[in-house]
Amino acid sequence: MTALTPASVLSRINAALPEARVELLNNPSPSGQHSLIIHPGDALQVAEFLKNDPELLLDYASNVSGVDYPDHLEAVYHLFSIANKQGPITLRMRTADRAANVTLPSLTPVWKSADFQEREAFDLFGIRFEGHPDLRRLLMWEEFADHPMRKDYKAPEDYEYEPTPHGAIVQKAQQQASASSAHGATASSHSTNA
Amino acid sequence: MSYSPHTFSLNGENGAGAQTLDVSLGPQHPSTHGVFRMNVRMEGETIVKLQPVFGYLHRNHEKLAEHNSWLGSMPYTDRLDYICPITNNWSYAVAVEKLAGIEVPERAEYIRVIVGELTRLQNHTAFLGFIIGDMGGWGSALMYAFREREKILDLFEGLTGARMMVNYMRFGGVRCDLPAGWLEKARAYVETYPAFLDEMEQLLTGNEILLARLQGVAPVTPERAINGGFSGPVLRASGVDYDIRKVDGYGVYNRLSFRVPRGTVGDCFDRFMIRLLEMRESIRILQQAFAQIPATGPFVNPAVKQRGFKPPVGEAYGRIETPKGELGFHLISEGGEKPYRYHIRPPSLINLTLLEEMCLGTKIADVMVILGSIDIVLGEVDR
Repeated sequence: MTALTPASVLSRINAALPEARVELLNNPSPSGQHSLIIHPGDALQVAEFLKNDPELLLDYASNVSGVDYPDHLEAVYHLFSIANKQGPITLRMRTADRAANVTLPSLTPVWKSADFQEREAFDLFGIRFEGHPDLRRLLMWEEFADHPMRKDYKAPEDYEYEPTPHGAIVQKAQQQASASSAHGATASSHSTNA
Repeated sequence: MSYSPHTFSLNGENGAGAQTLDVSLGPQHPSTHGVFRMNVRMEGETIVKLQPVFGYLHRNHEKLAEHNSWLGSMPYTDRLDYICPITNNWSYAVAVEKLAGIEVPERAEYIRVIVGELTRLQNHTAFLGFIIGDMGGWGSALMYAFREREKILDLFEGLTGARMMVNYMRFGGVRCDLPAGWLEKARAYVETYPAFLDEMEQLLTGNEILLARLQGVAPVTPERAINGGFSGPVLRASGVDYDIRKVDGYGVYNRLSFRVPRGTVGDCFDRFMIRLLEMRESIRILQQAFAQIPATGPFVNPAVKQRGFKPPVGEAYGRIETPKGELGFHLISEGGEKPYRYHIRPPSLINLTLLEEMCLGTKIADVMVILGSIDIVLGEVDR
């Protein structure tokens, strides 16, 4: 069997699902791992096809990672075929922006292995996976408001929280608190999404 | 107010006949292998719901790495699965080598295989001790296991200067060559290992209590194992023939002959036996690697500038077969001195995906054994 490439997978998708919106994204790295960008609206249908098509049989969603770009968030899936010993095939889904429209379809109904990993991407990046059976924070605690893996996340100065009446740390923390209450609108738009 | 045991319930339903009890197992029960918590709901002693709670050891390793140079993250990877730091190093090195298209000299590849398989031996040996502890047999088995593990850690100390936090791999090779006499010492030690395994097997595998606690407990079908993201020994215990050493043939594994053991039932006993069988194969790999390793040659690719390393723009996903399963790194480079994105695929976390499914309907005492049979390390689960 010849090795699966993103291009061959794409032509197979195009043949079977002509209306699905899928593009090839070139990767300039020597790794040669090009990826397929899938429109969120078609993702579930394409995922089902990739998993069940007898020539592809991408039955194993090994890795899910979130990525934060300046104008959108991305969920990246690395798929393998255990049956045919092929892979990786890289799938990407992009959100419309980073604030209000951060919903992507969950692929956990197709590949159970995405369960905790999508929860992690939700927790650390704030990508909302629609259709996930149990979308809760994975690593941070439930009351935590922000998404620490975003590039613009600022760690609070007083994370070793122990209020003391003196010290530069407390002063910095107060400055940061007043600065963030001035920017309350942007901060709260995250938390209402979450 | 009188206390009636029949209506006693913590946050559970009090329906007729239903005596549910919610228990928070962890985060510091010794058998939980670290700071891991499970919220368990029981009817009598039978599990009806189980929710794992993560994050007690979370330090956002990925964020730290994005603020760090490419090489600067190498010692951090030691702290993922701290039982097997060398294979963590190796996986990161493999991912970076894919990203930048780096060749690895032959001698370095053999050194990697040797230290990697020694790591597998000590991880699986420690596993034997831990799982007996999970069954309530604290002490003896763990001491037998740790006696042998310590000898392998002595070898690592002689090679890298540290028992566990080795920081040994470099992009395109390893940090230092084998010291004089190390190979002979390692070879002599590996020759003694089959006898130790014979002893362990004789003590454990026929033991009636061990069989009763492991056989038929929490079987996983191959379909569920694949769909649930199992990797490594737990995947193969369910009967799936998938070993990344064979499939990807990274390093020099395609030059070494070894078999891939598989289970038939996928229960806790298969997950236990698979480790014993894998150790026998690791010994075969080691013996071949000792015979084949070139006597001279570079131990690292001299063309790679380790400090101030800048891979080209692009991304790569690299993975290897660590003792716990598929450890992968997804790296995105923008051509700078720091990664734009650095993501770890932790086998310990993803192997827990099916934990609830496996535990439902079993007794509370089996939960520890099931968790033990998966073999997790919390440094990697929580990152």
